[in-house]
Amino acid sequence: MNRFLALVAAATIWSLPVQAEIPITEVKSPGGITAWLVESHDIPFVALELRFRGGGSLDTPEKAGAVNLMAGLLEEGAGDLDARGFAEARDALAADFRFSAGTDAVAVSARFLTESRADAVTLLRSALTEPRFDADAVERVRGQVLSSLRSAEKDPGTLASRAFDALAFGAHPYALPLDGTLETVPALTRDDIAAAHRGALARDRVHVAAVGDIGPEELGRLLDDLLSGLPETGAPLPGPATVDLTRGITVQEFLGPQSVIIFGHEGIPRHDPDFIPAYVANEILGGGRFSARLMREVRDRRGLTYGVGSYLYTLASADLAMGQLSTANATAGAAIEVVRAEWDRIAEEGVTAEELEATKTYLTGSYPLRFDGNAPIARILVGLQLLGYPIDYPAARNAMVEAVTLEDVNRAARRLFRPDNLRFVVVGAPEGLPQD
Amino acid sequence: MRLIALCLALLLPALPLHAQPVTDFTLPNGLEVVVIEDHRAPVVVQMLWYRTGSADEPAGKSGIAHFLEHLMFKGTEKIGPGAFSAAVEAQGGNDNAFTSTDYTAYFQRVAADRLSLMMEMEADRMVNLRLAESDVLTERNVILEERTQRTDSDPGALFNEQRQAAQYLNHPYGTPIIGWRHEIAALGPEDALTFYRAHYAPNNAVLVVAGDVVPDEVRALAETHYGPIPANPDLPPRIRRAEPPQLAERRVMFADPRVGQPYVMRTYLAPARKTGTQDRAAALVVLAELLGGSPATSVLGRALQFDKQTATHTFAWYDAVAVDDTLFGLGVVPAEGTTLEEAEAAMDAVLAQFLADGVDRAAFERIMAQLEAAEVYARDNTQSVARRYGAALASGLTVADERAWRGVLQSVTPDAVMEAAKDVFDRRRAVTGHLMREVTP
Repeated sequence: MNRFLALVAAATIWSLPVQAEIPITEVKSPGGITAWLVESHDIPFVALELRFRGGGSLDTPEKAGAVNLMAGLLEEGAGDLDARGFAEARDALAADFRFSAGTDAVAVSARFLTESRADAVTLLRSALTEPRFDADAVERVRGQVLSSLRSAEKDPGTLASRAFDALAFGAHPYALPLDGTLETVPALTRDDIAAAHRGALARDRVHVAAVGDIGPEELGRLLDDLLSGLPETGAPLPGPATVDLTRGITVQEFLGPQSVIIFGHEGIPRHDPDFIPAYVANEILGGGRFSARLMREVRDRRGLTYGVGSYLYTLASADLAMGQLSTANATAGAAIEVVRAEWDRIAEEGVTAEELEATKTYLTGSYPLRFDGNAPIARILVGLQLLGYPIDYPAARNAMVEAVTLEDVNRAARRLFRPDNLRFVVVGAPEGLPQD
Repeated sequence: MRLIALCLALLLPALPLHAQPVTDFTLPNGLEVVVIEDHRAPVVVQMLWYRTGSADEPAGKSGIAHFLEHLMFKGTEKIGPGAFSAAVEAQGGNDNAFTSTDYTAYFQRVAADRLSLMMEMEADRMVNLRLAESDVLTERNVILEERTQRTDSDPGALFNEQRQAAQYLNHPYGTPIIGWRHEIAALGPEDALTFYRAHYAPNNAVLVVAGDVVPDEVRALAETHYGPIPANPDLPPRIRRAEPPQLAERRVMFADPRVGQPYVMRTYLAPARKTGTQDRAAALVVLAELLGGSPATSVLGRALQFDKQTATHTFAWYDAVAVDDTLFGLGVVPAEGTTLEEAEAAMDAVLAQFLADGVDRAAFERIMAQLEAAEVYARDNTQSVARRYGAALASGLTVADERAWRGVLQSVTPDAVMEAAKDVFDRRRAVTGHLMREVTP
C-alpha cells in the first residue's frame, strides 16, 4: 500500500464522524400548536417551515389539481390586498414566502428579517387564513398551470413518472397528477378552490419547524397569531395505498433520442425494524454516490448513461423502492439488463462487509453535513415530523446506522429487492425492447 | 513563513456589516486563496477553480474543457480511477465539479477536520492526472449521453444553443459548453491531456475554502499541499477572438414537434462586471429586477400578466459575471390564444413605454430593500457565497471587487438604470428567438 492510500485509510479509521449537535426544542404555543425550534441568533432572520398533511392526496379524480391551484393562489391576494398589493407589501419587507402543494402536504416556506418580523407574520397570516381567490387571479394562475401541463405532455421525464404512478397506485389519489390534467384544471371553479383551502389548511394537521433568531415564547405567540384563523379540522386524509407492481416492461412511445426509464416496486415501511438496514442496502445499490453499484456498472463501466440511481420513496401512505435513468434508445434494453442483474445480485448475494463499512462511514459522516444553515435545518425538521419521526431522531440516527450488521443489511436486501416485482416504465423510442 | 507573509494580499480592515469574514492571500506559485469563515456547523467546502472554460478551447475541439472535467475523476499515479470520489465518500463527504464558459471548478464538502486530505488529493490531480485509453472512451459515451439527456432531448435547450450561436459572430461564447456532438465524438485522450497541461496550474487557479476554518490553518495546509507545485511559466494569455461590431439583428425560428409551450426570448449583448468598474453591471442587475423580478410587481409582469392577459410568464435576466461581453435577456410565454408575433410586439411595446416613462420610484425602493436583505439571507448559505467569490475571481474580478459589489448595487440610481437600459436595448446587437410547435402538413 503506498503512502497516499495509507493516509486515506488512516483518516477513515481514526476520525470519528462529527455528530449532529442540533439542539431542538419542542415548543407548545398557548393555543396548542406544536413546533420544533432551533434557536440561532447569528443572523437576524427566521426560517419557518409549515406542512399541512394531506396536500395533493386530498384531490378527487374529478377535481385533480385543486389543491395545487389553491396553493398557487395563496400569494395572489389576501384580506385588503389584491395580488399586486400583496406582492408589494412582501417585497417592501424583503420577506420571502413560498407556497406549494406536494403529494402529502401543502408546504409553506417563509423567511423574514427580525426587524420586520411582526409585519411579515401579519402578511403571511392573511395569505393563509383569508386568501381572496379573485377571479382575475384564478384565471392568471390557472393559465400558468395549464401552460406547465402543456409542457409536461411533451416532457419524457414527467410522462414516465405519471405512467409509473398510475401503474403503482391504481385507485389511490397518489395515482393522480398533482397539478391535475388538461381536462380537470379548466373545470375547477372558485368554489372548488375555496373548498380545497378549507380542506387542506387546518390546525389539526399542521407541522412546524422554525430555525433562527427567535425564542420559544416569541415563537409560540407568533404561531398563534399566524394560525388561529384556520379551521380546527379539515378534510379526511386518504388511507394507505396498495402498491401492486409486477415484473416486466411498460413502454410509452415518445419521439426523442433517449428513453427515460423509471423502475420500482413496493418498499419497506419506514417504521419497520428493517427500514434502516434497507436504507443502507439501497445506498450500496444505487445511492447518490459515484461509487454506488448502479453508477459504477451502468455509467462508469459501460458508459450507458449520464446518471442512474435508486432510492426508497417514502410517502405518508406508501413505501416504494425505485430508481431512474436515461439512456440512448438503442441501449435501453442493455441498461435494463444491467439494472435487473444488479437488483437480482444484491437480493441473492447481499453486500460485502467492506461495502457495508464504507457505506456506514459515508452515511454517518454525511448526515451532519446536511444541517448547514437555518433554512435546510428547518426543512429537514419539518420533513421528519411529517413522516412521524420523534424529536430525538437527528441525534439518534447515526447510532442506528452504526448498529446495522452484515446480517441485518443482507436480510433487509432480500426483503427489499424483489426481482419478481420489478416493473420498468420506459418513455421514448426504445429499440428492440419486448413489452410485458 | 516570511515568503507567505510577503505574498499576503492586503486585508481590508473593515468588513461590511453582516458579512462572513473573508480573507485572501496568494502563494508564491501564484495560487490565489480565499477563506470564508462560517463557524455555525463543523463543515467545510473546498472549491478549486481553474481560470479556463469552454471559451478557452482550441477551435474544433469544443467540449474538451468539460470532457477533461469528467476525466479528472479517472485517477493519478497515486489514486486509481473512481477512487477520488470513493475517498471523499469514505469521509462522509460529497464531491463534484462543473464547467462553464469561463471556468472549471472542483469541490468537496466534508467535515471540517478532513480538509487536509481533500487538499492533498486535489493538489495531486492538478499535475498528476493519468488516463487509460479505455476509461477515456467509456467516459466519452457518458458525455454523449449527458448531451443527449440535457440538450438533444430538450427542445428548449436546443433552441438556446442555436440562439447563443447566433448571438456571437466571432467570440467562442457562441459554442456550447458541452460541445457540438460531432466534435465531442472525435475527442481523445491527447486532446484532454494537451488542454490539461496548458491550463491546469497553480498560477491559473483560485482556491476557495469556506466553512468552519480559520485563515491561518488554511494557509498552512495550502502551503503544504499546493505550495510545492511549480507555476506554469508558459500559461497562455486569456485572449479570445473578439466580437466585431454587431450591426444586424438576428432572428432564430426554432420548431420542434416536442415543444409543449412556445415562447419568445430575446438576448442583447451586454457588458459584464469589470474590475474596478462595476457600476454599469450593477445598473443592469437592477434593470433586470425592475423588468422581470416578481410577476406582480415587475414592469413586464404587470403589463402582460396583470393589465392584460397576454402572457402566462414573463422574465428578464442578466449574467453579470463573465470575462467578455455577456447577455441581458427578456422572455414572454404567451397565454393561450396569443401568437408569438403578438407576444413579441407586446413585449416591445412595454419596453418602449418603460424607456419613455422611466423608473417607478416605489418599485425601485422595494428592489433596493430586497437587495440589501439578500446580504443577510446569503449568510445562511456559505457555499453560495463561496461560489460567488470563485466565479468572480475566475472571471477576472478581485476579492476587492466582490467585497464592494453589494455596495455598488446599493449606489445604483434610477438615472443610471435608464442610461444602462438605453444602451443595452439595441436591436442590432440582439437575437430574437421563437420556440415553436412544429406544424406538420
